[in-house]
Amino acid sequence: MEPSVVFFSGLTASDVWFLTEAAFRTLLISVLSISMGTAIGIFCGWLLYEGKIFATLTLAPILDVFRSVPLIIQLVLFYNMAPILGLNLDPFASGTVILTIYTAALVANVARGGFEAVGLPIRRAARSLGMTYFQDLRYVVLPIGGRAVFPAWIGVALGVMKDSALVSVLGYVELLKASQILITRTQQPFVVLAIAGAFYFALSYPVSRYAAKLEKRWAQ
Amino acid sequence: MIEIRDLHKYFGDLHVLKGIDLDVQKGEVLSIIGASGSGKSTLLYCINALEPIQKGRVVVDGTDVHAKGTDINRLRQKLGMVFQQWNSFPHLTALENVALAPRIVKGKPKAEARDIASEQLRRVGLSDKINVYPSALSGGQQQRLAIARALAMEPEYMLFDEATSALDPELVGEVLDTMRLLAEEGMTMICVTHEMGFARDVSDRIAYFHQGVMEEIGPPQQLFGNPHSENTRKFLAKVR
Repeated sequence: MEPSVVFFSGLTASDVWFLTEAAFRTLLISVLSISMGTAIGIFCGWLLYEGKIFATLTLAPILDVFRSVPLIIQLVLFYNMAPILGLNLDPFASGTVILTIYTAALVANVARGGFEAVGLPIRRAARSLGMTYFQDLRYVVLPIGGRAVFPAWIGVALGVMKDSALVSVLGYVELLKASQILITRTQQPFVVLAIAGAFYFALSYPVSRYAAKLEKRWAQ
Repeated sequence: MIEIRDLHKYFGDLHVLKGIDLDVQKGEVLSIIGASGSGKSTLLYCINALEPIQKGRVVVDGTDVHAKGTDINRLRQKLGMVFQQWNSFPHLTALENVALAPRIVKGKPKAEARDIASEQLRRVGLSDKINVYPSALSGGQQQRLAIARALAMEPEYMLFDEATSALDPELVGEVLDTMRLLAEEGMTMICVTHEMGFARDVSDRIAYFHQGVMEEIGPPQQLFGNPHSENTRKFLAKVR
């Protein structure tokens, strides 16, 4: 018998399906956390940009904590402390909460950079046309600033998607946790991790390709 | 009519405008000349409340611009402004640049806003550029786009803040021609400018600003031919 056949024999088609389902869970928790975290992060970035002293003194240190403490520590602490606060959250909910806050903390600074990228002269031009503060924000600042920091945001989003693997420590069966389960059973870490890696790549690559395409179009 | 009474403006300790009194009648073209830092651009920013003032009044058609209850966004629709840096919105095509404010500020339907935008772009000679992004336009074209964008709000007054200062010399003419056209159509204009030829040809009156004070105001023939103030005389001798 060929050695390679022996090498793959432990894995079945249902295992690959198991990994596919886990990849969907990775996708689910990532999409939820990134979208909510981005929305909160843009709001925080706006507070940092506009609130000046108040936000610098209050919000900025809080965001710094979430940016500085390793994600795995945040996850374990929150998951174990949530019941003390009267919250009975399953691993998925806990992971989503922490990933969302973590994303928001990262996006806040990116967003602030975006707001700052739109110069005062262009905002004055918008206001001189009779736009309200929020019309200026919605139709001028967000599109222009958003494009300026879009590559940085994509970096954050792809990073958070990969970091979502850490939610596995809470027992949420996403890609990494599913891989660990399979490795334990099959004792074939190389193949299983290669497949898991391929799934991560398959999730990330289209996003970065699409982002590159968008950037190219905007550059015209 | 724009009435400015005893207008004082400070940037920190710097007293930029020191008691300006000025009336601009409907249909009038007023040019403001003076050295850099004389407060002429600041005056324009105070007229449409892009800068707060510390003392005095600016009244546009009976409405006090800086009064607390004034709906400044509504008032600004009357006061089109064109800046030294054209400040086009880089994410929008020429047509969208011009159509944006009529659509979101005036609430015009999309199709109507686009019609207005096409008409204004035609007026400034950019009909062939409607689907082009600002990055593909020359400085002169972008400045004409900025003029079209302001005109699309159907303003009653136009404020030009050194509209040609940032342009390469060969592009100045096309922008000045557009401004001339507007003046001929009877638009009320206040033009802060360094273009003495334009000021002389187009203006009904010219004001000379010196260190935050309106040193002299009068018809072009008088101001250029027989300036009363020594400072005006010195300034004109330098720029001619």
